[in-house]
Amino acid sequence: MPDIPMVVADRVSKSFGSNEVLKSISLEVKRGEVMCLVGPSGSGKSTFLRCINHLEVVSSGRLSVDGELIGYREANHKLYEMRPKEAARQRRDIGMVFQRFNLFPHMTALQNVMEAPIRVKGLSRAGVEANARALLARVGLADRADYYPAHLSGGQQQRVAIARALAMEPKLMLFDEPTSALDPELVGEVLDVMQGLARDGMTMIVVTHEMGFAREVADSLVFMDGGVVVESGVPTEVLANPQHHRTQAFLSKVL
Amino acid sequence: MTNTAANGEKTEPGIKAIRLRHPWRNTFAVVLLLIVALFIADAAMRPAYDWPAVGKYLFDQRISQAAFVTLQLTVYSMIIAIILGVTLAIMRLSPNPVVNSIAWVYLWVFRGTPVYVQLVFWGLIGTIYQSIDMGLPFTEPLVSFPTRVALSAFVLAIIGLALNEAAYMAEIVRAGLLSVDSGQEEAATALGMSWFQTMVRVVVPQSMRVIIPPAGNEVISMLKTTSLVTAIPFTLELYTRSRDIAAVTFDTVPMLIVASIWYLFFTSILMVGQYFLEKRFARGIGDRRPDKKADDATASIAGAMTGVTPVVGSGQPTVVLPPTDPRADSPKGDR
Repeated sequence: MPDIPMVVADRVSKSFGSNEVLKSISLEVKRGEVMCLVGPSGSGKSTFLRCINHLEVVSSGRLSVDGELIGYREANHKLYEMRPKEAARQRRDIGMVFQRFNLFPHMTALQNVMEAPIRVKGLSRAGVEANARALLARVGLADRADYYPAHLSGGQQQRVAIARALAMEPKLMLFDEPTSALDPELVGEVLDVMQGLARDGMTMIVVTHEMGFAREVADSLVFMDGGVVVESGVPTEVLANPQHHRTQAFLSKVL
Repeated sequence: MTNTAANGEKTEPGIKAIRLRHPWRNTFAVVLLLIVALFIADAAMRPAYDWPAVGKYLFDQRISQAAFVTLQLTVYSMIIAIILGVTLAIMRLSPNPVVNSIAWVYLWVFRGTPVYVQLVFWGLIGTIYQSIDMGLPFTEPLVSFPTRVALSAFVLAIIGLALNEAAYMAEIVRAGLLSVDSGQEEAATALGMSWFQTMVRVVVPQSMRVIIPPAGNEVISMLKTTSLVTAIPFTLELYTRSRDIAAVTFDTVPMLIVASIWYLFFTSILMVGQYFLEKRFARGIGDRRPDKKADDATASIAGAMTGVTPVVGSGQPTVVLPPTDPRADSPKGDR
């Protein structure tokens, strides 16, 4: 079992109407691997991320997490669409962090972190609260537990969002441009938290424009453009010596 | 400027300028006050208003009982309307086309016909369906009782008002639900919450802020719409009751004033209630801080908040710190 990669995408395509956003994407993410997805906007990287936890439904191809097909059940060589309940069960194990944080504004930081373990896993409040406080301490926000999101800075909100995702004890974390909505001076604190997660062995897929983070933290880097994987490899090599002209063109703009 | 410097207290001189005068504003206010005063003086003298009669009937037992019935009609029908309205709104937003269509047809019928006509229909239901039967179709009913016995005029009035109101509440609630950022639903879904949990825990509480002002309007409007249940006919509510008394005593105008005073009294109470509800659901929004507890928490670390960057964060590897008794450095925030 441990040999199975955490994420396997096999010729995954996704269309919105006649607009094909993902064109036959194939890639693997191993356990404990940190993969950075980079590329110009509209290249399909966020859509691909959203397909992994079934926020978007793939049009063709197979996508599996931890050996389990996402969104469908396969029996007798036929695919059966999953019930919403089963899809929700799969999502429990996949944490997601959004560009716009999406914290619940009517709940305090602590309540945000406690919500899913209590409602989804049905755990007891006391245990969940202790764990939630530990998670907030882990992202450096123990003293902000009783603050509402509106009273936190962007960086603090995003760290609460990471703690909220971690509270479900996911086996995979997806980050959708986690620092893009932040003021420049707040980016560092969020990246620090993510780096710590990577060090602890979390499997992560990160859509980002932070090339420094990609170089230092990621195990692999995938460059996407126009819905296809243009180039992939070890971050330092891809960044230092891009092979494809589209990668070169993109990197010359962002580096 | 030298003046303030001489005081030696303030470094910045206050601006001393002749304030802009609004002579027309004041003149208009005075004229208006005069007109109002004249009207009141005139009304106090005018025999048609018959103030002694107003005083006599204001706390007449028949009137206060009728006022209580009006309040009951409002509260009961509004409770049913809100529950049904939320259900219909969620149905309208449901991905299930069957459920969606049912809600659409309901709204089409109940919003598309006047409430007065609907109330007349409810009044005639005992004539149209003379008995309520339960059992299998085309067989002898297992249970059967006459409609007029089962459904009193009071119950019919509540049903009639509630079903009509539910259609309007549904649209108000739907607008509220749509006002919540779609990222909220996504975040809840990504955490593994079911659609129903997402609605109840995340979307509905946030939509309340948008829903309450127009819903408060609807409650106040309902209080007054209850006067239409005379169409059923149900005659024990405030307006019909005061009309009935006036028909005997010929005190038409005083009775109208009496009824109006009671309606105004209830409306005022409802407005106070609405104010507190709005405060309750503004939690965590913007800079308003209605929550006392949050205020206290802010005050206690006010010093740390003055700087832009938080004390914790960038630079040091805060992440890998083992969770050493997290409660030690957090404010005692148990609710």
